[in-house]
Amino acid sequence: MKILSSWLREYIPGLTATDRQLADDLTLRGIAVEGVFDLGANGPLFEMDITTNRVDAMNHYGIAREAAIIYGLKLVPLSASLNELSSRAEAERSEAAVEGPAFPVNIEEPTLCGRFTARVLRNVKIQPSTGIVAERFRLLEQKPISNAVDATNYCTLAIGQPTHVFDLDKLVGGIIVRRARKGEKLRTLDGIERTLDPEDLVVADEKRPHGIAGVMGGWDSMITAETKNVLIEAAWFDTITVRLSSKRHLLHTDASHRFERGADFNAPPVASALVSRILLEAGGHQAGPLTDVLISEAEARTAKRPAIAFSLGEVKRILGPTEDPEGITAATAETILTGLGCALAKDGHGSSPHKPGPAPSLDPSRAVSIESAEMSTSDSQSYNVTLPSWRLDLEREIDLVEEIARVYGYNRFRNTLPAFAGAVVELPHAEKESSVRRTLLALGWTEAISSTFCAAADAALFAPQPNSAVPMGNPLSEEAGMLRPSLLPGMLSMLALNLNRDVEDAALFEMGTVFGGGPERVDERPALAIGAAGHALTESDVTFYDVKGTIEELLGEFSSRSFYFDNLQLPAWLHPGRSARATLDGATVAWFGQLHPAEAERRKLKQTVLVGEIYLDRLYKQKLRQPVVRELSRFQPVRRDFSLLFPNSTTWAAIEDKLRALDIPELRSFAPKEILRDAKSIPAGHFSLLLGVVFQSQERTLREEELQQFSRAIIAVMESIGGKLRV
Amino acid sequence: MSEHVSEQVLGDIPHLSGYSEAELDQAFAAISREVEASSAALSTSEAVEAFRLQWLGRKQGRLKAISDAWLKSAPVEAKKLIGQRFNTLKAEIEQRLERAGTSTGTSALDAEALASEKIDITLPGTRRRLGAEHPLIKTQNELLAIFARMGYSVSIGPEVETDYYNFESLNFPPGHPARDTQDTLVIANQDRKPLRDRLLMRTHTSPVQIRTMEQQPPPLRIVIPGKVHRNDAADATHSPMFHQLEGLCVDTNITFADLKGTLDHAMKELYGSSDRTRFFPSFFPFTEPSADVQISCPFCGGSGCRKCKHSGWIELLGCGMVDPSVFEFVRLKQPAYDPKKISGFAFGMGIDRITMMKYGITDISLMFSGDLRFLEQFA
Ligand SMILES: [Zn+2]
Repeated sequence: MKILSSWLREYIPGLTATDRQLADDLTLRGIAVEGVFDLGANGPLFEMDITTNRVDAMNHYGIAREAAIIYGLKLVPLSASLNELSSRAEAERSEAAVEGPAFPVNIEEPTLCGRFTARVLRNVKIQPSTGIVAERFRLLEQKPISNAVDATNYCTLAIGQPTHVFDLDKLVGGIIVRRARKGEKLRTLDGIERTLDPEDLVVADEKRPHGIAGVMGGWDSMITAETKNVLIEAAWFDTITVRLSSKRHLLHTDASHRFERGADFNAPPVASALVSRILLEAGGHQAGPLTDVLISEAEARTAKRPAIAFSLGEVKRILGPTEDPEGITAATAETILTGLGCALAKDGHGSSPHKPGPAPSLDPSRAVSIESAEMSTSDSQSYNVTLPSWRLDLEREIDLVEEIARVYGYNRFRNTLPAFAGAVVELPHAEKESSVRRTLLALGWTEAISSTFCAAADAALFAPQPNSAVPMGNPLSEEAGMLRPSLLPGMLSMLALNLNRDVEDAALFEMGTVFGGGPERVDERPALAIGAAGHALTESDVTFYDVKGTIEELLGEFSSRSFYFDNLQLPAWLHPGRSARATLDGATVAWFGQLHPAEAERRKLKQTVLVGEIYLDRLYKQKLRQPVVRELSRFQPVRRDFSLLFPNSTTWAAIEDKLRALDIPELRSFAPKEILRDAKSIPAGHFSLLLGVVFQSQERTLREEELQQFSRAIIAVMESIGGKLRV
Repeated sequence: MSEHVSEQVLGDIPHLSGYSEAELDQAFAAISREVEASSAALSTSEAVEAFRLQWLGRKQGRLKAISDAWLKSAPVEAKKLIGQRFNTLKAEIEQRLERAGTSTGTSALDAEALASEKIDITLPGTRRRLGAEHPLIKTQNELLAIFARMGYSVSIGPEVETDYYNFESLNFPPGHPARDTQDTLVIANQDRKPLRDRLLMRTHTSPVQIRTMEQQPPPLRIVIPGKVHRNDAADATHSPMFHQLEGLCVDTNITFADLKGTLDHAMKELYGSSDRTRFFPSFFPFTEPSADVQISCPFCGGSGCRKCKHSGWIELLGCGMVDPSVFEFVRLKQPAYDPKKISGFAFGMGIDRITMMKYGITDISLMFSGDLRFLEQFA
């Protein structure tokens, strides 16, 4: 919002602070000046950012009011009379013309329209704006239209009250504020023909609507060069009805912005006068008195809302100590609240309102000037506070506490640290999560974060359960139509991005939330995805075994030893021959392996890509493994190698099972040291295995006879599954 | 072994007069003097090798020759005494060799062999590829550690929230303009539900405040890290997905001054003890009073630079005292949150923004791209 410093100063004649000082002081009170732009002789322009709750400060007068409180200065009062700015003769003429019947206004919806003023001006001259209106519009880069329209915009800029001017001769009969009828049409000022909703509040004549109340006027009764007689509307509409209509018709206007945040119930007569004075500068006169229909229930909810209790004790309880040891005194609080437009009555002192003395300055540099005959000293002084009509955001005691902190200055409070006797509690899975992350990082995987959303096709392909993906109601894009049921769509996009940018060696992981269930209930689970291509992990192209090794390391972090790998029920996105699942207590904890070549082709991935998804929620059910030290043997280990030949159908798992079944305690470890297939020396359909075995006893040195006996047993079980010792 | 150093011709075997200890000592002293004399000029590695062969040569070394001769003729009871003395003498010779070896560097043989093994030590070292932790996670852990030291436990909550927890219970009433500031991504097919039960992507981590308070009576100190989403257009500094860290402290007598002190302390921990904070009035529906917090620019120390737009200050946090209405919502489930008896403060910051500032990241989308050229810089 643009604000002219010179315009502010018109409302505070006593203001001596420099523009820079004024900008800083306002900003420290939450009336933020984001930029100060020099306009030369016309003084600077402030670019302001007013928070959404402070609709009262979204205009020049409102900001001037804030400045007046800061510096303890008097504000020029606003006038509801037409005399200001006009010459004496003109004033007499308009006052004389006030004779005659009042313009009829009927509010059919008193809960939605609390006040409606109407003023008729006759023989006006529609022409371009001149004088101060034209000048200020130029400085503010506000597009001038005509003196009538500009007058309403000027009024909004000046005091924040939206108004509307009708071509009186286009209206049939009086004004009726009513709900729209079903199917009723209105062409609004932006030229768009709209079908109204029965929930819309409209300003109508006896025949048809001429505007959506508080949002935008109608095309047919707008001001044109031919307009002779006008009707000026200044009204107060309920916040919710304006907001709903504005949303319904996608019409966010200056007027709706202010009404939906709560306008000043007492402003319409003042605004009407301001618009009229500007318009009458070019000629014309008022016909009949001002019509002012006021719904007292609405007034009781706004301008005359009941006083609220406020105590100084609450200020201290919520805000705490200030740098100044005296703290916030009763006098300070009284000065601030009265400056804001509140009327204070000391509790227990009857209802006579507190009359503030000359307003002391709140400028900290001049704080010594605070003195008041009625200064209260009690810490627990309490008041009944009548709230200003323009601050509908003030409703409760805490609102007044905030105002005191705000105007006093946040940075004048001390920095204290509260005492605390509680304990710090870690999240249940925090240690497991960091353990998994640490392992992955150590193994060379780099952490990435991808989108929470994925395309519907990916959701269907990667969802662990069919039909469990959750669609978005207003997706960011078509590719982001679903909540991700798996981290793999994101992982594959990230791998593709790297491969397409000539980063051929990639090993990424992501830990994040995946979503299941449906629109009724969404389940969230923690998951881990890994994905690799190229030489990211070793000197050669990444293989199934590299990924399996990582999975084994991860599972090895946890206490359970009942992990099992198989290749049952592989999902469609995995290569059927080069993939596996890991299970734990019968439940799948991970799928991993080579991305299905068809899927790789669909994604234009030319390289072999290895991926895996780990269901961390299932893994986290296990405790982290706690190392328990085994006593080191004092006796020499003995190594023996067996060169064996197996048919291709024999799996390592079968060999492993047999060796374990031997149950030889001295068989400390065994591993496949070398596997050869398709070599000259190997018969077709077979592979050779160099099986390395380590024997060691905890109690004694093994004798040669024992070792030979173990070896014979090993050879026998290997032969039982088709193995043959090579010589 | 070496071929170009020939073994010396053996000298005479000294005569042994008797086998008493005194006679043996005398005879060994003579050999010792001979060793000393022949070791006088061990200045080159060739001389050292010659000395070694002269005395310790396996076949024709003088020591072996003498001991063979003496031991052969010695009576059994004297053999042990002679053997001990030969061991001492051998140790003496080895010591001389060692000393000589140290002073000439190493033997010519070793030096040459090692010279031929010389490598270019200026070539880059073999580096195992390390995984890089995501910068956001680094920052998040750093922040969690700071607040853990101040007594804050970690709380988390769902990324898909109900309207009630995301808005209503945080004092964003239905139809309130404050909702406009947080454009929301919603889950499909929610229209049939009452507004409060409709599901959406949480727009902030604040719902976890409510969820935690409903579970736990005061006193409470928690920080809430998490992913949030808004229906915002992406640009260099905005992403529809971002990460917040929220804090909440509730107890009897928690004041605005405590809020200021806590954040001032936390920022000093994050940016160093010379960092300063200043507070500006702001508006959030769930706090009152509300504040925006600026920190003195950690890049220029407050003198003004490009990163702080020459103001010396950077806006980093939103915060405020918990609004009594929020406590009233919590009280429906946890009566201990009586706003007349307790008070509290809440604060929130963007982990993404702090990360971007810290590492000089100028485009937020890089953090969510998986681009290794970017990520590997954090290894
Ligand atoms: Zn700076």
